[in-house]
Amino acid sequence: MGTLKTFLILTLAFIIGIIPNTDVNLSGYEIGDLATDFSLPNIDGKMVSLADYKNAEGFLVIFTCNTCPYAVAYEDRIIALDNKFKEKGVPVIAINPNNPEVKAGDSFEAMKERAQEKGFTFPYLLDDGQKIFPQYGATRTPHVYLLEKTEDGNVVRYIGAIDDNYQDESQVKVKYVENAVDAMLSGQPIEPAMTKAIGCSIKV
Amino acid sequence: MKFLIQLVFILLFITSCNNSKKNDQDEVANAADSNQTQKTNTTVNFPIYDYEGIEPLLNKADGKTYIVNFWATWCKPCIEELPFLEKVYAEQKSNGVELVLVSLDMPTMWEKRLVPFVKKNDLKGKVVILDDPNMNEWIPKIDEDWGGGIPATLIYNSNKRTFFERGFTYNELNEELNKFLN
Repeated sequence: MGTLKTFLILTLAFIIGIIPNTDVNLSGYEIGDLATDFSLPNIDGKMVSLADYKNAEGFLVIFTCNTCPYAVAYEDRIIALDNKFKEKGVPVIAINPNNPEVKAGDSFEAMKERAQEKGFTFPYLLDDGQKIFPQYGATRTPHVYLLEKTEDGNVVRYIGAIDDNYQDESQVKVKYVENAVDAMLSGQPIEPAMTKAIGCSIKV
Repeated sequence: MKFLIQLVFILLFITSCNNSKKNDQDEVANAADSNQTQKTNTTVNFPIYDYEGIEPLLNKADGKTYIVNFWATWCKPCIEELPFLEKVYAEQKSNGVELVLVSLDMPTMWEKRLVPFVKKNDLKGKVVILDDPNMNEWIPKIDEDWGGGIPATLIYNSNKRTFFERGFTYNELNEELNKFLN
């Protein structure tokens, strides 16, 4: 038993030891990485940066778009997330990563129309020049990054899907993003910190 | 000493996490067992599976080589590579190659989009529908590095198994397939 315990402790120390060293960024952010800020055009004509939100505790940066069936299926739930967490200091910042020249339905004009139709309560930014989504490592829409504002910068705390059932909100068993924000705000570990989902590939 | 106590706490935490995760998985598995794994739909003529239902199709050991392509009618790059998949299948069928086209179209699209699309394009690959919304559960089971993007293709036979999270051209697909056919 003593040997097993030592082994486990050593293994754990090893794991803890190597995590901070894995910030080599070949395919986007991993949990614990610092996320870049940006200055992107919002549908109201203004530029938006994370730094504008002086009192935020963190951000739900969500790569989403007009045209993907999964993104559309999640629109109401993204609005609900913003309504729930904005007042707790974690607003939704939606970014459309698609190239409007490839996907006409994702033009800046079309984004304005969709936001108005659905009554988006959050900024809906165009990843102008498609420079931001590759740094985050977003590969599909919708793709969520939960960031925590710290003295060092905005730290990535959760990457992945909104919940475990895109089809039917009433059948959702695990609300990944809600659980992650609640855990972050109460200083608890986030589990799971990464989830996977089928989504629409980002149009470049 | 303080460090050791912290470690023990972390260990306890990890162990309890693992336990609860296992329970969750069991629950999911049980729920899946109680459902029919292959549903029937009178207007859609393709088999409709959840992950458990489709799993045998991803693990056949009958001497054939399977190209299993994950696609959807709303996925433009998927539609673009389909003709290449079909062409390679037509050419290599006699060499024991099978093509399985796993549609990830949503239930509302089956009748309106998927059925007409398959008919219009006269697809010869075996079309099946994977309808399992708990994606975080099954995506890593197909390939642990799959981020969830489509098109994605699994090529396998009894000896070899490779997963590609990307689209293929005709030449690229032939090149990869040849590694399986020797």
